[in-house]
This record gives sequence, structure tokens and C-alpha cells, in this order.
Amino acid sequence: MKPTFISRIISSSFLVAGAAVILLPFVWMLSLAFKPRDEIFSTSIQLLPSRLEWSNFIFALTETNIPLFLWNGTVVVLGILVFQVMFAVPCAYALTQRRFLARKLIFGLVMIALMVPFHVTAIPIFLGFAQVGILNTYWALILPFIPTAFGIFLFRQFFAQLPSDLFDAARVDGLSETAIVWRIAFPLALPAATAFAIFSVTTHWNDLFWPMIATTDPNLATPPRGILYFRDEESGDNVGPLMAAAFIVTAPLVILFLMAQRKFIQGLASGGIKG
Amino acid sequence: MSSIMELRDVTRCFDSNTVLDHVSIKVEQGSFTALLGASGCGKSTSLRIMAGLDRPTSGEVLLNGRDVRGQNAYERNVAMVFQSYALYPHLTVAQNIALPLTMRHLSNLGRMPLLGSFVPGATEARRTIMNKVVDAAKSLGLEELLDRKPGSLSGGQKQRVALGRALVRDPALFLLDEPLSNLDARLRIRMRSEISSLHRLTGKAFVYVTHDQTEAMAMADQIVVMIGGQVAQAGSPRDLYERPVHRDVAAFIGHNAINFLEPGDGINVGDSIVGLRPEDLTPNTAGSLSAKLEASEYLGSEIMLSLRSRRGTEFRAIAPGDYIVPTIGSDIRLAYEPQRVHLFDAVTGKRKSGVKHEAVT
Repeated sequence: MKPTFISRIISSSFLVAGAAVILLPFVWMLSLAFKPRDEIFSTSIQLLPSRLEWSNFIFALTETNIPLFLWNGTVVVLGILVFQVMFAVPCAYALTQRRFLARKLIFGLVMIALMVPFHVTAIPIFLGFAQVGILNTYWALILPFIPTAFGIFLFRQFFAQLPSDLFDAARVDGLSETAIVWRIAFPLALPAATAFAIFSVTTHWNDLFWPMIATTDPNLATPPRGILYFRDEESGDNVGPLMAAAFIVTAPLVILFLMAQRKFIQGLASGGIKG
Repeated sequence: MSSIMELRDVTRCFDSNTVLDHVSIKVEQGSFTALLGASGCGKSTSLRIMAGLDRPTSGEVLLNGRDVRGQNAYERNVAMVFQSYALYPHLTVAQNIALPLTMRHLSNLGRMPLLGSFVPGATEARRTIMNKVVDAAKSLGLEELLDRKPGSLSGGQKQRVALGRALVRDPALFLLDEPLSNLDARLRIRMRSEISSLHRLTGKAFVYVTHDQTEAMAMADQIVVMIGGQVAQAGSPRDLYERPVHRDVAAFIGHNAINFLEPGDGINVGDSIVGLRPEDLTPNTAGSLSAKLEASEYLGSEIMLSLRSRRGTEFRAIAPGDYIVPTIGSDIRLAYEPQRVHLFDAVTGKRKSGVKHEAVT
């Protein structure tokens, strides 16, 4: 059935309404971030500030630890991502293209791990880290997330579609299994890797739960935990700078997603390759 | 001439399923050997065992007389061309062809994109590689395509790139796994002669897996017919055509499917099955075989006649193009030369030798 003009208008307006509901808090955040202090607590609702107030941003960037929090967030998120990919890609390759004992069993275990929420394992991991004495380090924030069942699963599904001839050809051409993983399989899986990177970065950039448990040192605070400090101690009721900080923390993710959007959708729709 | 590759009594089982059953194949130096068989007969598995991509459950694999069971494909220095071409989609044509050389001539560090240029000797190695790639590309008419990605090539071009990748490394042995089966008929015939000329050019042994007997007959100097995981017959195309050792081999070889006539169909030699090719059976008023004409197909140079014997067996004969076809349903007589008759055992299907052709009535 061909969509008529009217049905398109109806569906579009539904989508616009949905988008508006989701975007409103962000727009409000943006609006507050640029408002002068006296306009924030006015009784009338005004979406646009009367003038752009940059001092909120200046305050957030110079008077607080936001730059440090951003740096911490970057280190943790990239650390997690690099190690995740480093281990998940070879695992997924082995699960699809190698024959070995208990292969199905191991994949079954990966599937089970996929269903266990992180919160279940958080306490044992916390106790273990306390024993080893690595709480309050970057490693405490990175290590628990390196084994990623989701990543292994995503890459496995992708590699399973690749023709095995491709890997046999690489073997004949003299590539070792490791070389096949990084020179052939991984470049082909870039759409899947992009999708995975976005999931991973978003999840761990926004994660508040584990940093709250594993670290107490303010110098190791990731952005969400940083904003928490911010509200309590440093600026009190100072909503303008808080919103400016929230904006600064959110912006990298939005920019990242917009840049990777096409690859991301490709990866989820499992971009088919034909030899 | 010595054999370059030999499978000696090779058996391959997948779980309880025996794919290769005591297979012995000899590939002579510089020869063109075709492994011919229906799908699932084990011909691809044989090739993969020769390549080192698969290992035999038992038996020996000899390359140049040495046992290479412990060596992988790269150590054996064999080149393989796959049915699906298996080009690396993310690399350009030049990079695809260069990859085997890159792996051989550059160290791990030398392969790095930027760092590599600082490794001593790497720049020089890169230049030699590039020269070889361009040479290979020229001999296959690919110079214009070197910067393209495989995705933008046609089937024939992809196949040429795959051949280039095999050619560039100067292997001991070329293994080709149904390389033409994804091409259309016209292109297939052209690539057939290109592969043949490549074989003459390199002087290396080619092993060519196919299910198409025409390809095997046209290109190979040795054909190994495989049926059900066993070698049914190995020999020259002429051997297989003129003296098939089994009725299944006879059924496989030949452009026109061979006729099998049972006792009572008109040619009686004891209880043997009589194999007679359509091209050996022509209408002749003095002929000894009579049958009912059911249909005829005019093909220009010849006419294909569909016939039915008195007992009801269908078979075919070929008449010359100027033959005047009688009305459908009439009885006609056919003649054949006694030495063209193949006799097979009714039970085992094996060729019966030593039967006097004069005995044919």
C-alpha cells in the first residue's frame, strides 16, 4: 500500500511529538545553561534566554573540576573500549571460524553471561578488588567491563556471515590466525565495531553505579559522579553552571553519535558484504 | 616426470561420515589434473587436503615426494583459487594481489602503514612487490583496475584478480576450486582458455575441481572421476571417454548422456548392460537395432532423436543435419559400430572386458 499524503502527515506528526517529548529536557538544559542567573528562577516560562550568558560555561570550565572529570571519563571509556575490542574480536573469530572442543558450550556460556545483569556481579567484584587493593584506581573502573558478552555476541553474529573461503584464502596467503583477525576480519567488521563502540562508550560514560562503588577519590570521578559533587558542594543552588556542565558532559556523546550514525545503523542492520 | 602432489590412501571422516574413502591421486609435474564429480563426492575435500586447509584422518600427503601432513597451506607454498573468489573486500585490487607477497617479504614492523617506511629494506621490498603485482596484473589485463575495490568489479574481473593473487607468488602448485562456476556461459568459455594459457605460461601443475565434464575434458590432461568419496577412474580424457571402467563414469563423461540398454532392448550380450553413446548411434535402414521415434530436435549440424525400444526404455541417437526425419511414432532402424559398444555388469556396474564384440547381435 502506498502511503497517502494524509497518513504521512499523521505519522510524521506522531514522530515529531515523540521527538519533542524526548528532546524537551535537553532543550531546557541548553536554555538554562545560557540564561543569566535572574532569568532561571523567574515565574514565567521562557524558552529562549534574553541574552546569551557565557559566564555559566566559563564558571564550569575554570572554577570547577569539570575538565578533570572529562579527562577521567575519556581515559576510562577509551580504556574499556580498547580492551573490550582487543579481547572480544579474537574470541568472536574463534567462536565462528575455528573448530575446537566445547565450542558450542562456550558460546552457550557467553549467551548466559549476556543475561546476567552487572549489578549481580558488582559486589563480588568489589570484594575481589578490595582484596587485591586496586579500588580507587583507573583499573578498578576499567577491568570489570573488559570481558563483554555483548561484544563477543555482536562480533560473532557478524563473523558468522562472512564466507569461510575468505579466511581459507588468507591462510593460503600466509596470514597467521592472529593476522587474519586484525588484517581481514576486524576491518570487515568495522560497521559492527562502530555500533559496539557507541554502545560501550555511552554506557560507561553515563555509568554512575560502578564509579560510585569502586572509587571514592574525587580526582578519579567520571563525569556523572563529577556532576554529583558539583551540585552538592561547589555551586550549591547555582543551576546555570550546573546545566552548563551537564551540557559539556553530554555534548561529546551526541557529537560522537552524529558522526558515526550511518555506520551505526549499518552495523545494527548487519551490513552484508559480498565477496 | 615425477609427481608433484600425491594423495596416498587418504581417508577423511567428519564425525561418523566418511567423505573420502581410501583415495589415491597422483598429480604429475606440470600437468593439468581435473577432479571431476557430482557435488558431495569429496573432490573439494581432496583439494583442501592438498592445500593443507584440511587434514586427512589417515593416509599420506606427499608434495615433491616429501610428507607434508604437518605443514600448513603457506608452508607448502600452494596457491588456491576459490569458487567465491574470496577477495578481501576492504582491500584494493593491488593490495589483494600483493597480500601474499607482503606477508612473505615484510616483517611485522615493516607492514605497519607509516612506521614501515623506516624499517631497513622495507622500501625496497615494497618496490619489488609493486613491480610483481603490476606484472601479474598486466598478464591478466587488470592494470586499469588496480585501485578499485572488489565490490565494483564484474564476476570475470574478480576471477582474474583471484588468479593474479595466485600467480604473483610463484607457487609450487595451483589449486582451483570450481573457479568458473559463478560465471555466465560465454565468459566461462573465455576464462577456460585463459586458464589453459596460464597453465602453459607458468608450466606449473594445476589441480582443477569441477562438476562440469566439458571443462574437465577441454582443459585437463588427466581427469580423476570421483564418485561417493572414492576415485572411480583416473586417466586421460580419451581414456575416460573410450574405456570407462564403470557405468557411473560412462554416465558422467561425454557431452551427450550415454544410453544404457538392458537385455531385451535390442542389443543382447548375455545379461550385460549395454552402454552406447548417442553420437555412436545413427539411423540406417540396414541397421540392426529398431526403435520407435518419439521426438526430434533439430540443432543445425545434427538432429537429436528421442527413441523408445520395444521394451519401453528411452534412449537417444544423433542423426546428421541433413537427415530427413520420418513421422513421429514410426519405427526406424539404427546402426552402430560394434567396437563402440561398452558392456557393464548388470549387478556391479563394472566394465566387462574381454567380451568379443562379434558376439554382439
